[in-house]
Amino acid sequence: MIMKFLHKLASPPHFYRLVGRLIPWLGGLCLLLLLAGLYGGLVLAPADYQQGEGFRIIYVHVPSAWMSLFIYMVMAGAGAIGLIWRIKLAEVMTISSAPIGAAFTFLALVTGSLWGKPMWGTYWVWDARLTSELILLFLYLGIMALYGAIEDKRTASRAIAILALVGVVNIPIIHYSVEWWNTLHQGPTVTKFDKPSIHLSMLIPLLLMAVGFKLYYVVTLLMRARNELLVRERNSRWVAEMVTGK
Amino acid sequence: MSLAEFFHMGGYAFYVWGSYGIAFIVLLLNLFLPQYQHRQQLRKLTRRHKQMEQNT
Amino acid sequence: MNELSLTRALYALLKRDLLLAVRRRSELANPILFFVLITTLFPLGIGADAKLLQSIAPGIIWVAALLAALLSLDHLFRSDFEDGTLEQLLLSAHPVSLLVITKVLAHWLITGLPLLIVSPLLALLLGLPADMVGVLMLSLLLGTPVLSLIGAIGVALTVGLRRSGVILSLLVLPLYVPVLIFASNAVDTAMSGMPVTGQLAMLAALLVLSLTLAPLATAAALRMSLS
Repeated sequence: MIMKFLHKLASPPHFYRLVGRLIPWLGGLCLLLLLAGLYGGLVLAPADYQQGEGFRIIYVHVPSAWMSLFIYMVMAGAGAIGLIWRIKLAEVMTISSAPIGAAFTFLALVTGSLWGKPMWGTYWVWDARLTSELILLFLYLGIMALYGAIEDKRTASRAIAILALVGVVNIPIIHYSVEWWNTLHQGPTVTKFDKPSIHLSMLIPLLLMAVGFKLYYVVTLLMRARNELLVRERNSRWVAEMVTGK
Repeated sequence: MSLAEFFHMGGYAFYVWGSYGIAFIVLLLNLFLPQYQHRQQLRKLTRRHKQMEQNT
Repeated sequence: MNELSLTRALYALLKRDLLLAVRRRSELANPILFFVLITTLFPLGIGADAKLLQSIAPGIIWVAALLAALLSLDHLFRSDFEDGTLEQLLLSAHPVSLLVITKVLAHWLITGLPLLIVSPLLALLLGLPADMVGVLMLSLLLGTPVLSLIGAIGVALTVGLRRSGVILSLLVLPLYVPVLIFASNAVDTAMSGMPVTGQLAMLAALLVLSLTLAPLATAAALRMSLS
């Protein structure tokens, strides 16, 4: 029963149609969550006793940083599935995740350095978290560049899946080596974004934003996946029937 | 809290609103770009398949 | 026709790669020249302050080694890909990951080992204390094979592309970060007179890890490139 459902879901025309109907609903829900999170974070939450109002940046920074890693994991997982079972949909998900992940990584970097200016006095400090985020951005860009360079998109999907898996093995190593390097060269920086026992009224908006960002990822992922499917299946019957209106 | 105070953000206005502004722009772009590509793609495919139909 | 046994096949492959490298001597010399050149550029750019140079010498030497390794990577599979040897290798009955290890070993002997040999000279140029040379060479001995092994994945992924240079560096350099950190830090720490077994152990661990996993990924990537 479930397998049958999954099988049907994974067929491109069915996926395309179902997702097209799903996107507005998910998008609406995502918008609600983000608005609630923003209201909670920018208005309701009290100012931090150390960082004043500046701490409010965490409501974009922290969820972005979480998403940047989360998306990489999802991408590598989809890549593995695509690599092993040659499921078209998984291949499409892999490449569709990359630009979104890169966008979140970029956001985590920019908001991190905007937070750093008032806290550290400069826009960029070779802080462990910022540095590994920067390397993560390079990993994303590498994946996108490799995909773009290979003509045949199914081969390209296999290539980036392998690369993403290699990246997954490397990310913890990179992360810990950078962290270790950082403590050696700098001494502990001013406490980063972590919590001196974070207050509930600060935490709830953060979680709302995090869930909102996850949903945003799902929505944009599905949108990109639809596009990618259309391109890959441009010669198939169902696409022809759909665009000619039969 | 007055509205002016809210926008002032205790002196951190540039950093806070800068962060939110950039986040807003990036997320919005990420939403509209696929949307735009989707429309383009559909238009292109429609033209192509119509042409193919006429040729057969 | 008699089937080659595995060890003999691997040995034959190693010998062939080394022989080919010896015949193309310029390719052999280029990475070393590059390594030396980059290192000599730094004092020219920064100034000849001996103390400053000494303190950044480990970083300079290691970054130069990284770039030299990157530069030489393309030879690993390129010519074999172009003349069809690679396809033959993949079709052979022997496990591809072992063949990959052999090719990487040959490549390291040709490009990594020379770096190791000229590194004392560079240490001298940058004013690194004589007793640090041992640590530097040890870090290179443990680190450069990791560079070759990780690089092999990158080359295998891009060998089918016509212009792979920039993409290859984009793929490979971020993955080199842990090696760079631990290796240059080992020399750094040794200069301040502290024990470096921890860093060297980490490098050894990276070597073991990449030796077990990288050939599998490389083999998969080669199959992808040749499909």
